[in-house]
Amino acid sequence: MKEYTFFPGCSSEKSASAANMEHSVQSMCKMLGIQLNEIDDWNCCSASIGYAGGGQLPRLAMSARNFALAKQQRGNTDLVATCAACWLAMRETAERMEHEPEVKADINTALKEANLSYDGGIKTRHLVEVLIEDVGWDVLKSKVKKPLQGLKVAGYVGCQTNRPFGIVGESYENPLYLDKMIEATGAIAVPYPKKVSCCGGALMFTEVEKSCALVRDLLQCAVDNGAEVIVTPCPVCQLNVEVYQGKINQMFGTQFNIPVVYYSQLFVLAWGGSWEEAALHQQVVPADALRRFA
Amino acid sequence: MAYDLSFARDVYKNSEMGHWIKMCKQCGVCAGSCPLGPHWEFSPRQLFQMVRAGKKEEVLKSHSMWMCTSCYNCIVRCPRGLPITHIVHGLARYASVKGYADPDQVTNRFATRIFWTNIVSTGRVGEAMLTMRLYFVDGIAAGIKQGLEMKDSALGMLKAKRLNPIPLRGKIKGYAGFQAMLTKAQELEEKRESGV
Repeated sequence: MKEYTFFPGCSSEKSASAANMEHSVQSMCKMLGIQLNEIDDWNCCSASIGYAGGGQLPRLAMSARNFALAKQQRGNTDLVATCAACWLAMRETAERMEHEPEVKADINTALKEANLSYDGGIKTRHLVEVLIEDVGWDVLKSKVKKPLQGLKVAGYVGCQTNRPFGIVGESYENPLYLDKMIEATGAIAVPYPKKVSCCGGALMFTEVEKSCALVRDLLQCAVDNGAEVIVTPCPVCQLNVEVYQGKINQMFGTQFNIPVVYYSQLFVLAWGGSWEEAALHQQVVPADALRRFA
Repeated sequence: MAYDLSFARDVYKNSEMGHWIKMCKQCGVCAGSCPLGPHWEFSPRQLFQMVRAGKKEEVLKSHSMWMCTSCYNCIVRCPRGLPITHIVHGLARYASVKGYADPDQVTNRFATRIFWTNIVSTGRVGEAMLTMRLYFVDGIAAGIKQGLEMKDSALGMLKAKRLNPIPLRGKIKGYAGFQAMLTKAQELEEKRESGV
């Protein structure tokens, strides 16, 4: 049993927007013999919009507290995140602490108020990197029991899983791992030129029309390329692209009704897991296209 | 004509990653790479040149910085390797802290008053409360209208068990320490931002 320290993040909590990701990730890891040890009492990473209210230090201190707790509880075991923003915030904090001694000193002055300290040493990884590097493509393919034969999938990588850090070994403009994951399940990765375009992120809350226009283009591109399903690793992408389809149809007179699922949901289903284990009952746009494989 | 360099110097020193602005060579790749590019009053390239030219009011009162979706496209494409996303976030924060940013600009208002308050009051995001606060920010009637417009999505999320019907959430166990940490961090941040 391979173990990792785990930072699920706010959207993966019970009854939160990415509960379907969390549930399917747990099923997937169980099938792989991976144990994710959640950091006890973690806090929000401050997300992509936290810069305005938090500035530099309060924002970075939030991630530093998670590192400090992780170190206390699990030593230097690799810390794995599933949420793009959490992963990015942890990577950014680690990098800033490593390269800017005064930031590191200030962070520790703040952490001391919580009786904590962090000197570095924990590597932050995305679960996707664990699948590629530690589990490996051969194993991911060998576990397939119900190949998703003929299923046409658009692999939507999005922004923050891809930039500014990106998945190890992938390019910013045309990352290929998600297409390879789709193909590893036996499905067809359709060409998807919008794979690294933006869904609006947190601006879906405030600049609704502008963000919906971005998502409309993402949806149209998937449909134009024949996709029956969109798959993504990012909880914000998943939410924005799935849940706003009704609003987009109202705004633009379109008729989108395309399921948007996580890579973990595809794997669980292809590896013989049930509809519930894949958390496919927790979709807002029903994943009808996947029913034939359940 | 003499340029007033005091604004540029303050940004270089006290706005997050502001010193990088000196390195911009005005190529405009950032502007062309931005998903909301057409909606910026001034592109990042223009903002940076305006900082250098001392156009303090025009930069800080602009809504431009609040158009950033944090997609990081500009960062990875900048030929000079400027952390543009962070510079823009820094300018937005700077404008907000110095009192130049329109307090009713939707993203400024959401980020500084609703989102930040939401996460620091318990230690984690409370999505249901966050959405409610956002919808009702312009008053009850506007909130109900917004809520009704998004009713189908909200019901879908509730049915999928991806939205908590009870908007209140508990604090993290170590909340006292978390709060003390943030208070100290804010104190240090204010010192840094005021250039002391």
